[in-house]
Amino acid sequence: MTIETAPKPTTSVGGAQRSWRDLLPSAAGPLIALILLITASSFMSDSFLTLTNIFNIGQQVAVLAILALGGTAVILIGGIDLSVGSVVGLSGAICGYVYVVLHQPIWIAALAALVVGLAAGTINGALITVWKLPPFIATLAMLSVARGLSLVVLDGKPLSGFPDGFRNLAIYYFGGIVPSAVVVVVVVFAIGIAYLKWRPSGRALYAIGGNEEVARLSGLPVNRLKISVYALAGVMAGIGGLLLTARLDSAQPTAGTGLELDVIAAVVIGGASLTGGVGTLSGTVFGVLIIGVLRNGLNLLNVSSFWQQVIIGVVIAVAILIENFRLRSKKAKQLGSKKAKPGRKSTTQGMEG
Amino acid sequence: MEQGLKVERISKVFPGTKALDNVDLHVSYGKVTVLVGENGAGKSVLMKVLSGVYQPDGGQMWLDGESYHPTGPTEATERGIVLINQELSLLPNLSVEENIFLGRQPMRGLAIDRKTMRREASSLLKQVGLEVDPSTIAGKLSVAVQQQVEIAKALSQKPRLLIFDEATASLGEDETERLYGIVSKLKSDNVGIVWITHRLIEIPRVGDNLVVFRDGQLVHSWDHINVPESEIIMAMVGRSLESIFKVPHEPADRTLLEVQGFSQTPYFEAVNFSLRAGEILGIAGLVGSGRTRLARALAGVSIAGAGTVSLNGKTIRIRTPKDAVDAGIVLVPEDRKDQGVAQIMTVQDNLMMPSLYSMGPLLRFGLMKNVAKDLAEKLKVKGHLHQVTATLSGGNKQKIVIAKWLPLNPKVLIFDEPTRGIDVGARASVYETIRGLAESGVGIIVISSELPEVLGLSNRILVMNKGRQTGILDRSKATEQAVMTLAVR
Repeated sequence: MTIETAPKPTTSVGGAQRSWRDLLPSAAGPLIALILLITASSFMSDSFLTLTNIFNIGQQVAVLAILALGGTAVILIGGIDLSVGSVVGLSGAICGYVYVVLHQPIWIAALAALVVGLAAGTINGALITVWKLPPFIATLAMLSVARGLSLVVLDGKPLSGFPDGFRNLAIYYFGGIVPSAVVVVVVVFAIGIAYLKWRPSGRALYAIGGNEEVARLSGLPVNRLKISVYALAGVMAGIGGLLLTARLDSAQPTAGTGLELDVIAAVVIGGASLTGGVGTLSGTVFGVLIIGVLRNGLNLLNVSSFWQQVIIGVVIAVAILIENFRLRSKKAKQLGSKKAKPGRKSTTQGMEG
Repeated sequence: MEQGLKVERISKVFPGTKALDNVDLHVSYGKVTVLVGENGAGKSVLMKVLSGVYQPDGGQMWLDGESYHPTGPTEATERGIVLINQELSLLPNLSVEENIFLGRQPMRGLAIDRKTMRREASSLLKQVGLEVDPSTIAGKLSVAVQQQVEIAKALSQKPRLLIFDEATASLGEDETERLYGIVSKLKSDNVGIVWITHRLIEIPRVGDNLVVFRDGQLVHSWDHINVPESEIIMAMVGRSLESIFKVPHEPADRTLLEVQGFSQTPYFEAVNFSLRAGEILGIAGLVGSGRTRLARALAGVSIAGAGTVSLNGKTIRIRTPKDAVDAGIVLVPEDRKDQGVAQIMTVQDNLMMPSLYSMGPLLRFGLMKNVAKDLAEKLKVKGHLHQVTATLSGGNKQKIVIAKWLPLNPKVLIFDEPTRGIDVGARASVYETIRGLAESGVGIIVISSELPEVLGLSNRILVMNKGRQTGILDRSKATEQAVMTLAVR
């Protein structure tokens, strides 16, 4: 044995060939699950696989989808945002207040809603980066503050009287079939997917999630990016708030309650890792659709909404189990040992001394 | 019946490598067996086999003539064999006494007997020479103190055979002396000791007999310790040390980096030096002398309180890593696992990370792949671009940390302990890279605790002691003696 090559399990391990499994995008898992779910639902109910119903689902999950875009970015960098549901409510409330009470033109009211979302998100980002609050705590606080402010602004009562043009945001059908909400989601996600793939900042988010300190030492503008991500989540919540208000044709003080948990569920089912650095927007889309199809299918089968909640919880757990299993076997294959498990000292660790 | 621990033809195989190859060893009570060898030679693996952490794939073990096959560390401890790990394993959120008696708390009926625990912990700490309150939370203690608590914990298990694995790695001089004293006392209590180290100066201080490991094999053993150093090194490395270091080339005349009055209280103060283009400046000093803090301040990881830094004559303000990187000063950090590479990302992602913003408004995937491939080839990284970085060896990870900076054409590269934990083969490769960079006009700063390394690489050596700069030695005047003198002044 020469000195040059000391015995270390470097790269003879892992093989030169990538298995077909490695070449599939990580969103393949959720996609397959979605296809299975759609197939099962179409068998169980005749009314499922109709165009109307499909777009129905799209419309029902539109707000969730838009929030989940911001949620994906946040989870990608290893953070979390518990405030999005409340910010949805607050944006809707501000929109209502500015239009109905302050008698401003609807487009100013809508703009105000977006600004509020942006502000909330930016405050979250600042608390987390500058004052180093854990994301869980910072956004938990914002959850409370935003919800409280919605109640204050609306005086605890729903506010209606929006113009028809505004309602169209949610109920207009392009060509009579495609809901405008779905169009908004498609446009927003198309931009998002392109951004994450092609822009340096997009790639940098993965780096921050992978190892924030390494990203920082590499000269990436980590603080700026983190604040932007939380600000983005806030803006998405603002857009979601407008959509929801338009759909309901009223600003409700309790609008959006609990949405943040659905967002996390969708993002995680879509394959993102809560520790950051792993995840795709397409995966999130599938995650959102899985939740949508599940709810819709269970509705068509007349399952009570209480049981629906139980089932969705089980689905989340199963999704994570499958994802863990997939990652474990991928790492074990690369290390060349069937026994490799996360948490146990891996062979390379042992050798490094 | 033979007393002590005896192992015969022990083998241990990991995927792709034979970590232990037919090793025979005998450890007697009341004596210290010193085990030396380069990192990766198999010393730690053998110790983990002896202490039950790993199961051997071949061979036999006997303790006092009886068969010894621990299925886990608990059984090994019950038989009296205790290992003090290289890596600290204290639970940072528990107190010192809770750590010492973890899982073995003295009980009074159903409840933990805290009085007895406190009393015994205090006595153990006194034995080790620590004046720490046993109720202190372990995470708040310095690494050196934590290591000593580990020793106290081992002592509490009343070992008959104690294995010290690189125990002095994080200790300062005083603490090391105290540890030698503890070892002496253990010897007189008839405890058998295995002392693992790669620092040869420790051999005459503690050892009774000497064993050398290389590439998983026990290559030489002596029943005394009066072996000339060159012979030991020869056995450890398989060739004489001189051939690893070539004389560094003469740096250019122009000054690249000028540092004046650089201070960061309380870590270091009044550091002054200049670095020429193509020069390798070594920074030597004992653990705790402030070298890493200095490097991190220069690289923008932390902010210096006072002083000026100028690059090519222009003063620059460094407040973040981005400032330093933009100016052309980059760092290869001490902790490569957590600060050098993102373990969960692929080799290519890690290689291209600093370059993300230098390709224009849109990423160019073909270009990134080619650049990454080029870098991997240039530094001989053994791994595929799409491989998860965590699965690479330490040496290859280090090559990635160095390579990722190259596309940025840095002006100054700071290396902090560049070859820690890397085997000889990869080490030579890293030195070659450093030399190559210097020859191309980059300014290099190398922090190292390995004197031969600092002496072998550098044009000049800056020595620090407890945060103060004690001197700068030219290569021609730099000897181990001279450096050590400055390091303790």
